[in-house]
Amino acid sequence: MKKTFIIGLSLGLWGWAACNRTNEPPTPTDPDPSTDKIEVPQPSYFPNKVYDLSSNPVTSAGFQLGKSLFYDGILSRNGTIACGTCHQQAAAFTHHGHDLSHGIDDRIGARNAPAIQNLAWTKAFFWDGGVPHLDLFPIAPIENPVEMDEKLPNVLRKLRESKNPNYPELFKKAFGSPDITTERFSKALSQFMLLMVSNNSRYDIYLRGTTNALTATEKEGLTIFKQKCSSCHTGELFTDQSYRNNGLSTDRNPDQGRFNITQNPEDRYKFKVPSLRNIGYTAPYMHDGRFTSLEQVLDHYSKNIKQTPNLDGLLQQDGKLGIALTEEEKQKVIAFLKTLSDEQFVQDTRFSDPGFGHSF
Amino acid sequence: MKNILLYTTAVTLLVLTQSCHSNPDPTELNSLTLAFDHRVGDKALTLGTDTYQNTLGEDFSVTTFNYFISNISLKNAEGSTFVYPQDSSYFLVRETFPASKQITLKRIPAGDYTAITFTIGVDSLRNTLDLSRRKGVLDPGDASHEGDGMYWSWNSGYIFLKIEGNSSKITPDPAGNQKFRYHIGGYGGYNAKTFNNLRTVTLPLGNIPAKVGPNQQPVVTITTDVSKLFDGAQKISLATTPTVMFSDYSTTVANNYAAMFRVSAVKE
Repeated sequence: MKKTFIIGLSLGLWGWAACNRTNEPPTPTDPDPSTDKIEVPQPSYFPNKVYDLSSNPVTSAGFQLGKSLFYDGILSRNGTIACGTCHQQAAAFTHHGHDLSHGIDDRIGARNAPAIQNLAWTKAFFWDGGVPHLDLFPIAPIENPVEMDEKLPNVLRKLRESKNPNYPELFKKAFGSPDITTERFSKALSQFMLLMVSNNSRYDIYLRGTTNALTATEKEGLTIFKQKCSSCHTGELFTDQSYRNNGLSTDRNPDQGRFNITQNPEDRYKFKVPSLRNIGYTAPYMHDGRFTSLEQVLDHYSKNIKQTPNLDGLLQQDGKLGIALTEEEKQKVIAFLKTLSDEQFVQDTRFSDPGFGHSF
Repeated sequence: MKNILLYTTAVTLLVLTQSCHSNPDPTELNSLTLAFDHRVGDKALTLGTDTYQNTLGEDFSVTTFNYFISNISLKNAEGSTFVYPQDSSYFLVRETFPASKQITLKRIPAGDYTAITFTIGVDSLRNTLDLSRRKGVLDPGDASHEGDGMYWSWNSGYIFLKIEGNSSKITPDPAGNQKFRYHIGGYGGYNAKTFNNLRTVTLPLGNIPAKVGPNQQPVVTITTDVSKLFDGAQKISLATTPTVMFSDYSTTVANNYAAMFRVSAVKE
């Protein structure tokens, strides 16, 4: 009797299990994320990351795919412009020598290409912060008529047909099947860019305890910087990621910056405070690349601030415009800023053009 | 002994049946279709060719007319509300693509429905979700709705409604075109407050409820009257504002188009 009961029960359980199995999602094939996973470094003196890596764990196959996409002109209408065209590694992923970025058919963009670095800590993208998430970024330059002038569905179509590189194969390695979707495409690019962490400048070595990594002049520059610049260029990312009007003349360039995104009159002429990491590589400066040297930048802050709508309060204290800086102080600040150059980052072959693309 | 065997098998089979049927009895579910009928006043909307007039006396033709409908819910005669599953509740209606004007809502519980509620546009939450939650019409890379241009990439967010056309009252541009372009979006801002052009409308079905039952799949015709977009709470002049995109004035357009829908027929 007992035996029959057990047979009946196990039959039932088998049936239940068999039924239940059909409701389970298909077992994922390759890759095995546990072996392929790459950690995005977290320097101890950086804040917490804002990018949710659990929504897009970085894997070596995903990173390699993202790197291919980053350096491939296939993203543009006629194959001539890649991400890496305006974001060149030697210039800390900015467009070396260009005040405004130079896109397809020699069309000129409206703004200076910003550096690509430490994006896992970046809250919003573009000088005006119009894109709040890294995964939502790539479609913007792709569909901008003065950058790549292409349409995302057509990019995905070209990738599906691509034999060299064999993108369906690269997507399969990264995501387990050869399907090429907006989500996978965007997340692969994010994986590549998320690993671009710059924290190996001489200043970083100093921060980590090697006190003689900076010269006496550079240390004096650091002290002046902390007194006079760090209210906005805050913390070890050297930005508070806020939007501010830093007193640039609006005569030549009427770009209204953050106002275009919020339509709030109080945001007129405000732009994102950029990080200063790698600033020695990223000339020219400002949202429109109007200054070619750091000397010009500091001259602007010390004596050329313009009283325009929404000028930041920190640039007009005690009835005076600008930041008081002597010529000697400026030289020391510049000496310090150059210690933020991360040579290892701009030479790291993991981030270099693999050579098949059309990025120049 | 046999009895026990039978009993155990019966019980386990019962458990089995229930675990395999996680949804309610399908005989009590059926579809309800929303059929959008685009008109300009008393005329049918025909893209390109036909000319209409607003109450300011401006002639116009329409070349593009697209809008998102989302977050649909149905109220029944007893006063309770059925919310259509949120992940499946995004539809892009395009005049150029007739199939998109028929929204078939599947697996609606049987009942007499007396009102329909929906949002014009894409709710703010969905504008901020991971790309894995933006498929089909919400995916700007999806070829099924290629070329509709219903997404702003530079200021991330969906365009809720797009209407473009021509009017002889508009000052010609250097190329001689007299176009108007209204691209209305704005979900309130991601990390800084800005205007919110999301509009939710509730349309009563009048005296005839839409009866969903085992053999009843009603079709509710919703007339979308384009003329209301210009002639609503405020009269909009095409000559004065030929282009309305991401600006404060877009709110005026959204307020007007929120009143352009009405239920014109309910068919069993």
